[in-house]
Amino acid sequence: MDALRSRRSGLIPCAFEDVDLETYIAKVEALDTYRMRPDLSAYDCRNNRLAQLCLQQDGFEDAVAASRSKYGAQRIGVFLGTSTSGILQTELAYRRLDPQTGALPPDFHYAETQNSNSLAGFVSHYLGLTGPSFVVSSACSSSAKVFANAVRMMAAGICDAAVVGGVDSLCLSTLYGFNSLGLVSRSPCRPYDAERDGISVGEGAGFVLLERASSESTSNAMLLLGIGESSDAYHMSTPHPEGLGAKMAMQRALDSAGLKAGEIDYINLHGTATKSNDASEGKAVADVFGNKVACSSTKGWTGHLLGAAGITEAIIAMLAVENNFVPGSVNTRQLDPTIAIDYRIENGEATIKRVLSNSFGFGGSNCSLVLGRQS
Amino acid sequence: MMRLYVEGIGLLGPGLDGWSASRSVLAGETSYVDAPTNVRASDMLPAAERRRAGVPIKLALTVGQEAFLQAGRETKTASTVFTSSGGDNDNVHAINGILATAPREVSPTRFHNSVHNAAAGYWCIAAGSHEPSTSLCAHDASFAAGLLESATQVTVDDAVVVLIAYDHPYPEPLNAVRPITAAFGMALILTPRKSEKSLASIDVDFVSGKTRESTMQDAGLETLRAGVPAARGLPLLAALASGKAAQIGIAYFDENHLTLRVTPC
Repeated sequence: MDALRSRRSGLIPCAFEDVDLETYIAKVEALDTYRMRPDLSAYDCRNNRLAQLCLQQDGFEDAVAASRSKYGAQRIGVFLGTSTSGILQTELAYRRLDPQTGALPPDFHYAETQNSNSLAGFVSHYLGLTGPSFVVSSACSSSAKVFANAVRMMAAGICDAAVVGGVDSLCLSTLYGFNSLGLVSRSPCRPYDAERDGISVGEGAGFVLLERASSESTSNAMLLLGIGESSDAYHMSTPHPEGLGAKMAMQRALDSAGLKAGEIDYINLHGTATKSNDASEGKAVADVFGNKVACSSTKGWTGHLLGAAGITEAIIAMLAVENNFVPGSVNTRQLDPTIAIDYRIENGEATIKRVLSNSFGFGGSNCSLVLGRQS
Repeated sequence: MMRLYVEGIGLLGPGLDGWSASRSVLAGETSYVDAPTNVRASDMLPAAERRRAGVPIKLALTVGQEAFLQAGRETKTASTVFTSSGGDNDNVHAINGILATAPREVSPTRFHNSVHNAAAGYWCIAAGSHEPSTSLCAHDASFAAGLLESATQVTVDDAVVVLIAYDHPYPEPLNAVRPITAAFGMALILTPRKSEKSLASIDVDFVSGKTRESTMQDAGLETLRAGVPAARGLPLLAALASGKAAQIGIAYFDENHLTLRVTPC
């Protein structure tokens, strides 16, 4: 919250491994020397280090332990998003192949690092949970969509609570991959700016413990009010130019929350700062909400956290509710005049009861969440 | 307990070239003959996308298309659940090789095909589907995870869902640390209500504790089931092929499993 209020961005010039790209990244410096819990050392990779570091924040482990005592370890699900999991481990291992046989080094643990499920496996073991678990890997919508998995599992009686979230960490595949698409900015990303020229890649993590809302829930309880998912059916790496899929996701989220567009107080946009995403999302938001709802992308602070974008931005959206705070947009200087929404550059204060958070990904995978308090 | 109805089935694996062609083999009426998986591009895709499609996309589209043809349902009408232990394993190997040596030129197509939801993205384009789509991974339990997720979508969201599970082998050196023995895909169209197209109902339960996994009677099919995460669904297909009621155990992780009760319609 301090970083949001003081507009302190995490973006720095890229200095990661031996990457030779001129760009900015958000990097968690502590990971380079971070130690995993000894009994889980097979899971050691940058992504799971980041997962463990995040699980240790804000009393989260204690909250899960209390929930485990209440429901039982087998009644708590783990549904997590990641796009690249521990692939950095494999990228580095390919530089150490046996010169004779071409074999991977013996210290390489596929299931615990590279495999996408590594994250859910690690978190389940770390937290001592044995309920249903899997990883959702739908690129940059992954850790928003996990909320829907958890809601369905609870509604079906498969579990009573769920740890949802996501983790993505820096790797060469992502940096060089986005660079090949011409989507990486050479300067810190400028969401919704007229001169925006691409993303800044970041690493990050977030977790949320979800339980069923009940009559005992206080009026102060933070609630997941609605979810909307859709598919663009348009292109693998370019959003629909008219924001068709984005519009459907937002409308479905409003419908599932039983809310009208005017009842949303703030929208945390996907706002990657690519030309195509912001133009397409901006059109969709203008169509559904007009220009009356305060909007911003917080990627100027965090960079694009990819598979962790959904969860971290859902958490920022909930902070907006808790603090009656409207985040602005770091690095954005001159708004794109062709996008007709109420985009906020400066931070502000207002009564924020309900927020919508957008996450859209490659493959045309879209998810919108509505979070807030019961009116 | 969650009840689902099966309305369409797709299958492509070694010696299993389509559900219709494989039904008697799975029912144990004719013998199984191992043969390389007939991986082929689907005519559902526009030409540009067809050229860019790797093995998982081909597997996913072929089995999905077969299931929808059988059900006589429009492809754009169903939500989709994709599940795979790996994704595009040829592509991930190639990218790791490119990144290990200079210059690190990962092509745009290689990059966008490297996302775990590439098959889902291509499917939605080919199928014209704007419905929700998810892409899951649970290592060896990926099929069980996909079926569990599909069951909750059918019963909670009242959705028609196509579950598409696929896996294929890694090249070396990854094959040595993660052997997947064959290219295999299967699809199930699952509905909340019985229709004249329904083949069977499946009652799905998620149960704590280990199970004795259901296996395949034929040794070759059992090798396939054990060797490919997506093929953990073969005992379910065998029950559907036999047309008889059956109870099936499918392992999830160490601590839990799925119990399926299959009843022909």
